[in-house]
Amino acid sequence: MKFSPDRRATLLAGAAAVALAVVAAPATAQKKYGPGASDTEIKLGQTMPYSGPASAYGTIGKLQQAYFKMINENGGINGRKITLISLDDGYSPPKTVEQVRKLVEQDEVLALFQTLGTPSNSAIHKYVNAKKVPHLLLATGATKWADPKNFPWTLGFNLSYQAEGIMYAKYLLKEKPNAKIAILYQNDDYGKDVLKGVKDGLGAKGAKMIVAEATYEVTDPTVDSQIVTLQGSGADTFINITTPKFGAQAIRKAFDSGWKPLHIVNNVAASVGSVLTPAGLDKSTGLLTMQYYKDPNDPQWKDDPAMLEWRAFMGRYYREGDPKDASNLYAYLAAQTMVQILKQAGNDLTRENVMRQAANIKNLKLPLLLTGMSLNTTPTDFFIVKQGQLARFTGTQWQGFGDLVSTVD
Amino acid sequence: MATPNEPIGALSGKARLAGLLLLLVIACALPFLVSNYRVFQFTLALVYAIALLGLNMLTGYNGQISLGHGAFYAIGAYVAAILMDKFGVPYWLTVPVAGAVCLLAGFLFGLPALRLEGLYLALATFALGVAMPQILKYKHLEHWTGGAQGIVIVKPEAPEWTGLTQDQWLYFVVLACLLVLFVIGWNLLRGRMGRAMVAIRDQPIAAQAMGVNTAMVKSLTFGVSAMYTGIAGALGAIVIQFVAPDSFNIFLSITLVVGIVIGGLASIQGAIFGAVFIQFIPNVADQISKAAPWAIYGVFLIVFMYVMPGGVAGLIRILFGRFQRRRR
Repeated sequence: MKFSPDRRATLLAGAAAVALAVVAAPATAQKKYGPGASDTEIKLGQTMPYSGPASAYGTIGKLQQAYFKMINENGGINGRKITLISLDDGYSPPKTVEQVRKLVEQDEVLALFQTLGTPSNSAIHKYVNAKKVPHLLLATGATKWADPKNFPWTLGFNLSYQAEGIMYAKYLLKEKPNAKIAILYQNDDYGKDVLKGVKDGLGAKGAKMIVAEATYEVTDPTVDSQIVTLQGSGADTFINITTPKFGAQAIRKAFDSGWKPLHIVNNVAASVGSVLTPAGLDKSTGLLTMQYYKDPNDPQWKDDPAMLEWRAFMGRYYREGDPKDASNLYAYLAAQTMVQILKQAGNDLTRENVMRQAANIKNLKLPLLLTGMSLNTTPTDFFIVKQGQLARFTGTQWQGFGDLVSTVD
Repeated sequence: MATPNEPIGALSGKARLAGLLLLLVIACALPFLVSNYRVFQFTLALVYAIALLGLNMLTGYNGQISLGHGAFYAIGAYVAAILMDKFGVPYWLTVPVAGAVCLLAGFLFGLPALRLEGLYLALATFALGVAMPQILKYKHLEHWTGGAQGIVIVKPEAPEWTGLTQDQWLYFVVLACLLVLFVIGWNLLRGRMGRAMVAIRDQPIAAQAMGVNTAMVKSLTFGVSAMYTGIAGALGAIVIQFVAPDSFNIFLSITLVVGIVIGGLASIQGAIFGAVFIQFIPNVADQISKAAPWAIYGVFLIVFMYVMPGGVAGLIRILFGRFQRRRR
């Protein structure tokens, strides 16, 4: 068989290109595998509360398995299928330790992905860092998951509680610099985390804006007396750092007592169904909060292409999931981010490289994030979500407004 | 040498000793044959065995039902964690301290609980078990307990001369504790104290008429039982390297009750079978069905109860009895 000159030229060019690639980038052409990776498969592991008190979050793990199934049906990542071993820990830390040890030592996963819960992740924090296993995109908002100096193998996903606090502070500094701020917060690590963010965001000068602080315990029956105290301080702005039950009480009391401040409620207590409805939708009108991904219940995204794509996925791969549950959208975003990390890692699928890629996410614009947002990490900055948008409650739904706010300028 | 505790099919002294030695050899060889993860699981099973022996003394031998032994497990775990984390006490020293604290706590709880019989005591202990996670989160204790976030413990290193991994070392530490506690338990339960306990369970009035100090024996049993469970809690905390209120919810207490019934009530070796069950069966169930692991677990429980109503230990006793009769 004779080659035509054309074909020969193409072949030559091809050969040259291959040769060049080999010379220029031997590292990328050469396949490198750590535990859990091979020519055909990438193994990831996670623990999820499929049973126990937090089992409502189990849908996150189920959606992610469905998502990887879709990825695999479409050819996988660089030809490799993803296997997600998702184990039940019942939201019990000792069980998490046992299951994670199984994932790392017996199943030999390449990385852990979206292990859920602050206490569960605290229990394995030291272990995974000692074992040098990438502990990626944890499903919890605590700020301690972004500590690359002491825990270089752990990288969280959620907008951190501190970051959220910082954003409220920045908004107030810009829009209401003379605000007299009253703060109610839950007396635990979570409440203090958000509070620290608010104070850091206000800075030394802004700290004077805070005229009153009050706390409550999770065991308290109500927060009525705290609200009365805060109101008595003469504050005109109220930052409400509470969990759902207390959030509803605070919203109702702040309205009924005739205080009616500029009322910011943190994202934890911003659910229309479990907080605003019991508090009274009319009493909740005008509340502010922070969002960072599109709300599946918000009519403005009804025909948004990303939302349509997500709904199509839900209909085809995860029909038993509830399309009204924002956790399903959150889980989808986290899975997309994981896929991006694995794509970036290319053929160098060692734990070191996966961690390196997770710490080098550049300007990742996922369409389900709010318009204009992107995800970024650097080896010294593990806060992956650094932006959000304020939203105002219209009486029926949250509506985003204004520009994106960022923790970094 | 049949005793009232082991009426049928008791092994002869020599056979029993040989069997025990064989078991011990297997137990010592085990950590060198399996992966570190499995060693960790077996270590946890040994920890549960200690806790189960404690609960079995109370429920199996003395007839007092406790649905709140998870609370003593939690107290033991927290004593160990706080001593290690706040005071830098070496891990091996925390175990006896945890045991002493739980002995006292159990004895004190046992005093008022004496007035309660059967189901009423079960409810009182249930209350203790339900309350414990919230007590651990209480704000005035938070400085010590770390609140909802719990305490992370550093995993002890094996001494260099042993050449063992951390997991293997901890396995042997727990195994040593288990042996000591089982020998103590064996002596206690087969002696005067044990007979008094069983007498109170079966015929409380007769026991009292025979001169048994019912109140004292009951409270002491409660104390010793809590001590065993507390020691298990301390060892469990060291093995897991973490304590948090969410680790010690009421389900732990229920699991312990499941363990003693499956293993065999009023049986010392039953504690080991029960421990193996509660450690491994949930994982097996999870592998069989991801959708409904607890339904599978329930099926296992029902099957066990039908096939071996006297627990695993009871079944072994019966089988061995038949075997001996046939030989005769």
